[in-house]
Amino acid sequence: MEYAQLVAHIQGLTAVAVGLLIGLPALGTAIGFGILGGKFLEGVARQPELSPMLLMRMFLMAGLVDAFAAIAIAMGLLLLFGNNPLILAVAKVLAVHTGA
Amino acid sequence: MSLLHPTEGEYIQHHLDYFQLNLHTMHLGNGGFWTLNLDTLIVSITIGALFLFVFWLAARRATSNTPGKLQNFVEMLIEFVDGMVKEAFHGRNELIAPLGLTIFVWIFLMNCMDLIPVDLLPKIASWFHVYDFRAVPTDDLNVTFAMSGVVFLLIVFYNIKVKGLGLTKEILSQPFGWWLMPINVLFRLLEEIVKPVSLSLRLYGNMFAGELIFVLIALLPWWIQWTLGGIWSLFHVLVISIQAFIFMMLTIVYISMAHSSHD
Repeated sequence: MEYAQLVAHIQGLTAVAVGLLIGLPALGTAIGFGILGGKFLEGVARQPELSPMLLMRMFLMAGLVDAFAAIAIAMGLLLLFGNNPLILAVAKVLAVHTGA
Repeated sequence: MSLLHPTEGEYIQHHLDYFQLNLHTMHLGNGGFWTLNLDTLIVSITIGALFLFVFWLAARRATSNTPGKLQNFVEMLIEFVDGMVKEAFHGRNELIAPLGLTIFVWIFLMNCMDLIPVDLLPKIASWFHVYDFRAVPTDDLNVTFAMSGVVFLLIVFYNIKVKGLGLTKEILSQPFGWWLMPINVLFRLLEEIVKPVSLSLRLYGNMFAGELIFVLIALLPWWIQWTLGGIWSLFHVLVISIQAFIFMMLTIVYISMAHSSHD
């Protein structure tokens, strides 16, 4: 029973961490993309002849904005679906202690 | 590991393991630092050779009469990269445009390996008794760090070559003036070290995330995979071209920064 509680404790904290890892970058990129797209439209409205150049720059910036959110989301998904290394570490300690 | 009916965690882990050669014992397996990731090397070198061969073919067959489709395509790419270099770089340098072209096309092709089904190449490899195979070379930190490391060496080289002794003055006195010399040096060191790290981690992170999400989609039942897989593939086409473009563009910008002095 104690072990189940221990595992549940780790899983709960992992779930919170996954939520933060996926949610906060999404928030950040949403704000970033909002500002980026808004400024792009503003720029095109002012000078429509520059729009191809601005579009290319916008995509460059989109890649920069996107990058670290993608990394954080991958980390979150790895914790959620993959072999959770935190639980594996505890399982190893438990195996030593119980002599199993 | 049970290969026939792996659990979810085992299936994901199977897709995160490299096909490795231990250089201590010359046997397959992980050897710590002295390890070659054979899958990465095979795929990236094959792709690089293919790319160079196609471009070489186009260059050999180039005519000024009626260019064929291949020549048109290659010229389009070269003009695209050339335009980018002309826009961002105003010095005189014979290396930077070919370097940009190589980086762009090579990274783009390596990223494209992400779009072939995740289990196809590992399945083919398993026929040859290779049970771990990762098909995307840019999904390996070694490749991205090697490339950004070369870019970093070029940045240092051109800084020294173009500025000479002026570089010392620039490092010591920019951006806060002579009186804050230690802080200037610290800032400059940070600025230079961040360049290769962010360059490589950005590419690696994007490719790793993309590949992992494809692996997760492959865990869904087969009749629903096409929905999420289709959407993510379409989005990923954008990501892989943008990441290749960003790597090229930042290389050009960094090297042109190495050419321009601040004063």
